[in-house]
Amino acid sequence: MAHLQEAAVKQINEICERYKDEKTPLMMILSDIQKEYGYIPLEVQELVSEKTGISVAEIYGVVTFYSFFSLMPKGKYVIGCCLGTACYVKGAQQVIDKFSEILQIKPGETSADGMFTLDALRCIGACGIAPAVTINGKVYPKMTVDAVPGVIEEYRAMGGGL
Amino acid sequence: MAKVNIKIEGIPYEVEAGMTILEAAKACGYEIPSLCTFNHGECSRGSCRVCLVEATGARGLVASCVYPVNEGMEITISSPKAVEARRCSVELLLSNHNKNCQQCDKNGKCELLHVAQLVGARDNMYQGEKTPVTIDNLTPSVKRDTSKCILCGRCIERCKNAHGLSVLGFEKRGFQTIVAPAGNRSFANSPCILCGQCVTVCPTGALMEVSEIDKVDAAMKAGKYVVVQTAPAVRAALGEEFGYKIGTPVTGKMVAALRRLGFKKVFDTNFGADLTIVEEASELLHRVADKGVLPMITSCSPGWINYAEYYYGDLLPHLSSCKSPHEMFGAILKSYYAEKKGIIPEDMFVVSVMPCVAKKYEKDRPELAKDGIKDVDAVLTTRELAKLIKRSGIMFNRLPDEDFDYDIVGDYTGAGVIFGATGGVMEAALRTAAYKLDGKELKNVELKDVRGLAGIKEATYKLGGMEVKVAVASGMKNAKVLLDEIRAGKSPYHFIEIMGCPGGCVAGGGQPFVKPCFLPNEEDNILDTYREKRANALYSEDEGRPIRVSHKNPQIIELYEKFLGEPNSHKAHELLHTTYSAKEKFKD
Repeated sequence: MAHLQEAAVKQINEICERYKDEKTPLMMILSDIQKEYGYIPLEVQELVSEKTGISVAEIYGVVTFYSFFSLMPKGKYVIGCCLGTACYVKGAQQVIDKFSEILQIKPGETSADGMFTLDALRCIGACGIAPAVTINGKVYPKMTVDAVPGVIEEYRAMGGGL
Repeated sequence: MAKVNIKIEGIPYEVEAGMTILEAAKACGYEIPSLCTFNHGECSRGSCRVCLVEATGARGLVASCVYPVNEGMEITISSPKAVEARRCSVELLLSNHNKNCQQCDKNGKCELLHVAQLVGARDNMYQGEKTPVTIDNLTPSVKRDTSKCILCGRCIERCKNAHGLSVLGFEKRGFQTIVAPAGNRSFANSPCILCGQCVTVCPTGALMEVSEIDKVDAAMKAGKYVVVQTAPAVRAALGEEFGYKIGTPVTGKMVAALRRLGFKKVFDTNFGADLTIVEEASELLHRVADKGVLPMITSCSPGWINYAEYYYGDLLPHLSSCKSPHEMFGAILKSYYAEKKGIIPEDMFVVSVMPCVAKKYEKDRPELAKDGIKDVDAVLTTRELAKLIKRSGIMFNRLPDEDFDYDIVGDYTGAGVIFGATGGVMEAALRTAAYKLDGKELKNVELKDVRGLAGIKEATYKLGGMEVKVAVASGMKNAKVLLDEIRAGKSPYHFIEIMGCPGGCVAGGGQPFVKPCFLPNEEDNILDTYREKRANALYSEDEGRPIRVSHKNPQIIELYEKFLGEPNSHKAHELLHTTYSAKEKFKD
């Protein structure tokens, strides 16, 4: 826990405090931390464990169960490729493979320059526009393999990253 | 209790409302094949899908371990649909299981193999990918092999129920799911107290003790002077491995077996326990007289010591500095005994047979060695001793009863024997403290208030004109209550006994597995009673001992006269006491 900065410790304590009267506060606490910091490393889980009395193993289990939570910092742009049934039959695998190939990262990983994270999503409920891709919340309907390079360029042009 | 009418295989029965189908069927004389024989609520219930049956009013087949009976329900266990479904469930479990059964340490005690035979599982029905495997063998105590894990979650529940810890948890999801300490770390880098309770409930070979049989073999082969000592709890359970009913003491046969296994001397750790009591009672009286740190807490249980170092680093001054009994005995064997017998300490190899897997870790602690010589060289569990005996062709049941060696060390009192049950150390210490404070022996040495299986026991005794308040806890969940009181400055006690495993050493992580599916002659509620039965075996041995207070052990008196001087003397401190240090919970 020595690795955490004082300000972060204070803020995480505050987040835990927010839900102290809840019966099952863990999901809410983790959601807030994920939103605030973009990831939930082990040191933070230890702190949450101390505040809530829930074991680190259990917290770690929740963090690794839901794809919404992340153990590693995410990139500036988070590309989510839906691999639900409808998207899959419409060629989503080829789309995510193309992202993978160009960005040189596997699903779940973040590019070395900190710019892109590639996530494989379960059904996001947008089957009508399959295959669907979301980037930082913006939806790209009926994505095709050929459109992938252009989309990546669009974000590269905006800059950012490390 | 309200009753409901059900039918099983068309035959009417009346059972208690609220029972699960599995429980109701058992009450009516049907044992549905399941992996539940040790669950006691200790699994993520319904997850294994083995115990499927047909029940009217339900959609499809139901998991009988979680589905409650209701009025008029008709249950079918033997229909082709149910039989095939159970077989399929087991075959699916086996499809992601490492089936090297012949080499598996759990062979003979594996519940998965047992249920596979029951349902008639066929070979390699489903083949394909397997979940990536983690093998953790970094600690000297417990190893984890996920290729054997069936994700039942009993280990997680046991850790939580016994200690409030849950060091283990489910990680990831779907096919990638594993049971592991946070981040799939080794137990060595997690705040695991290495008590081995998870090992006692694991249905397969996924969690096992780390065997040290090879070490003992190597020492024998190298021609070392190999001596053995056995903890009190071992005699109360070893017989179970050879078909004796739970709670049958087998002290004499155990000694006979050890002698036939080639150990030069067979000692009783109870001698070390008597020594511990004399040192510990003396330490307590010093602390009371000098206004030292109180309450003082016992330090015999290595699981508890690990817990204190991980979770209560600020309370370490409360721990008695006494080494645990087998370590004390080891230290005396390699000093006093070696000197008297003309044995070079380096040539001596001390093996401890313990009901415990945390003792394996304890013996490797650098604090417990003098000039690079360890007090104890190898620790075998009760289960490992049984394997040694079986391997050597000894017919345990036909052995004569023999006595421990006690030429100049090794004699013991009834006080030493009861160490193996929760409250035993407290009772033994009070017997001696009473004598030291009052100058006379207790009229009745049996202090029943500190006996029994309650998680926390309290008592007050009037000794030497003062009221001595004591408490006893086993399992860290219970210990935590007492420790938090100390932390808050509100603890009323002078002396506290803490044991790592619920029920004390008789139910330690190294004891024979209590799995009802392999114990057809025990009662149905054996999981509720085995701790007490084993403890009673120890209390009956105490009753039969001619001397029942540690300070009257003639060899202990002689040891102080000829070698150690006084209790807590400089020499005693050098050989018999140790230190503790707070530990970081997660290491990378």
